[in-house]
Amino acid sequence: MLGLNRRDTWFLLIVVALTLLTPFLLQPFAEDSALAQFNAGYPDLMQRIAIYGIFAMGFNILFGLTGYLSFGHAAFLGVGSYSAVWMFKLLSMNVLPALILAVAIAGLMALLIGVISLRRSGIYFAILTLAFAQMAYNLAYSVLTPLTNGETGLQITLSDPRILDAAATDSLPVPSLFGLEMNDAAQVEVLGRVFTFSVGYYFCAVIAILAFYVSMRIFRSPFGLMLRAVKTNQTRMSYTGLNARPYTLAAFVISGMYAGLAGGLLAAMDPLAGPERMQWTASGEVVLMTILGGAGTLLGPVLGAGVIKYFENIFSKINENVLHEWFGALPGWLETPIVGLIDPFVGEGWHLTLGALFMLVMIFLPGGLMEGGRRIAAAWRRRRARRQDGGSGSTAPAE
Amino acid sequence: MSILEIRNVSKRFSGLKALDDVNISVAQGSVHAIIGPNGAGKSTLLNCLVGKLVPDSGAVTFKEQSLLGVKAYRINQMGVARVFQTPEIFFDLTVLENVLIPLFAKRDGSFRMHAYETVENEAQIVEEAETLLRDVNMADKRHMHSASLSRGDKRRLELAMCLSQRPELLLLDEPTAGMARADTNNTIELLRQIRDRRKNITMVIIEHDMHVVFSLADRITVMAQGTALVEDVPDKIKGHPKVQEAYLGGH
Ligand SMILES: Nc1ncnc2c1ncn2[C@@H]1O[C@H](COP(=O)(O)OP(=O)(O)OP(=O)(O)O)[C@@H](O)[C@H]1O
Ligand SMILES: [Mg+2]
Repeated sequence: MLGLNRRDTWFLLIVVALTLLTPFLLQPFAEDSALAQFNAGYPDLMQRIAIYGIFAMGFNILFGLTGYLSFGHAAFLGVGSYSAVWMFKLLSMNVLPALILAVAIAGLMALLIGVISLRRSGIYFAILTLAFAQMAYNLAYSVLTPLTNGETGLQITLSDPRILDAAATDSLPVPSLFGLEMNDAAQVEVLGRVFTFSVGYYFCAVIAILAFYVSMRIFRSPFGLMLRAVKTNQTRMSYTGLNARPYTLAAFVISGMYAGLAGGLLAAMDPLAGPERMQWTASGEVVLMTILGGAGTLLGPVLGAGVIKYFENIFSKINENVLHEWFGALPGWLETPIVGLIDPFVGEGWHLTLGALFMLVMIFLPGGLMEGGRRIAAAWRRRRARRQDGGSGSTAPAE
Repeated sequence: MSILEIRNVSKRFSGLKALDDVNISVAQGSVHAIIGPNGAGKSTLLNCLVGKLVPDSGAVTFKEQSLLGVKAYRINQMGVARVFQTPEIFFDLTVLENVLIPLFAKRDGSFRMHAYETVENEAQIVEEAETLLRDVNMADKRHMHSASLSRGDKRRLELAMCLSQRPELLLLDEPTAGMARADTNNTIELLRQIRDRRKNITMVIIEHDMHVVFSLADRITVMAQGTALVEDVPDKIKGHPKVQEAYLGGH
């Protein structure tokens, strides 16, 4: 189906199901339980997971397949956001033209930066991309203020032309898809629990699924095979009649376009764009997401994006009061040290927890979380094969 | 008629004369062996043929076209393939994928994106890859990670990759080094078959194993210290006094 073999079709269907059911899956605890703190089924966070999932998926096409580590991909994310907001200001609040412009401008910029940076590889390539991203950040922050509105960031205002839309009345318009407003949401009560279904999340989810499908096709295509060849052995590649440069450039531009799409979606969910989106920490974050989940695997980067955004949003909200509430039942001489022990790792200290998790994964699962899944699946298959006694133990590499 | 001409080629590495005025002419359809002690400059000479090194002086022509300053991938597209002294294969990929890459390259040239195709649906190319792997006795290892192959298997895989391109000129740098006797004999047999089956293929073989050289070569060039000492048919080379002195004796 759709040019995929049976295994990939099932894989895609499972991803689609998980994506569509996310509002349930991330809301596993009852509202009034102590664990409600860990629920993540609210639109803002789910949108972020989907959007950063797209960002990481694209980054993975470059880094996971060709092995070229870019430290400047946030520049494309930022450019995507600025482009989208300009579209909201000038043309229409419809998200489609905004996204198209975001992808196109990010792609053009990636072409420009790629042509120059890809003359080098390894650490030099990484530094070049970092330098370009810092330049983009500084341009946005000060030099190009008329375009970016500097430190304050670019926002929509009532006086924007928006030539396709009816004149705005008294309140700021909201990005929409042919009338469906992105911040619309329905609260549904199922079995006494409240779930939120938002237009914004489902719009992001559909785009994320499309992006995933495209990335899957690239992975399975001869083009994807060539990208993996670049990573493995460029010497052999050139003695096979292949010029590596156009392949790496194509991968760079595609991943830049994914980043632009993600940036455009961020603006579609909340129509503003600021220079901090281009900062080097943001470029580093997508590297972490990809490696944490598993570079070079299809689903890993999305998983990594989910884990990091979850930590950022959930762990950062746990403070000392919440901890005292949890452990309040314990006797005081026990409660105080336990709270004291956990406290540095939550709230402001969520980076500590994430760092520790990242180290554990890198040490024990260098292939990322996906490798963990693969090992569990292999162990399970071995056990089943042993029980069936002589059943074929063939292990197809999972992705 | 000669397909490859090496004229007065010299190459220096900071003081060391790796190649000193080398002249070799390789006849089309022949198997030309280059032998000589370690450090004689054999691999350096091959590097000058495939765009990896540019000689300091001299000329290299393939089918009357100069190869000097031409990019490696272009030289390959002109019909020159090379098996390296240390196997250069795609280590992260499976054996089958390793052979698929040159087949796609052959079909598509140096770049084509075709992201809408699926590797496994290209039945004709996959079939061709399987046939090649059968030819080099590696069909049963096709789903193995190529990094985990033995040295001899890596070499045979690299050979299969080069053959898949149907080159006119095949350069082999010690194709049997690291192989067990039986595998060496299989490789000799395979190269013989290729020579007989593909009438227009020309091979240049660098080899230390005299059994391989004398089983295959039509002509032999003996190199020592960067110069081509003698060139002749195998029977003459065997008893040549200069060769005894430079190579067989001093080994
Ligand atoms: N890139 C290089 N830089 C400096 N010296 C080099 C380089 N490549 C080769 N040499 C030197 O040039 C000489 C010839 O080396 P080459 O590899 O061509 O020998 P060879 O005949 O292939 O030997 P072997 O049988 O051991 O493979 C050697 O002394 C070697 O150390
Ligand atoms: Mg050598």
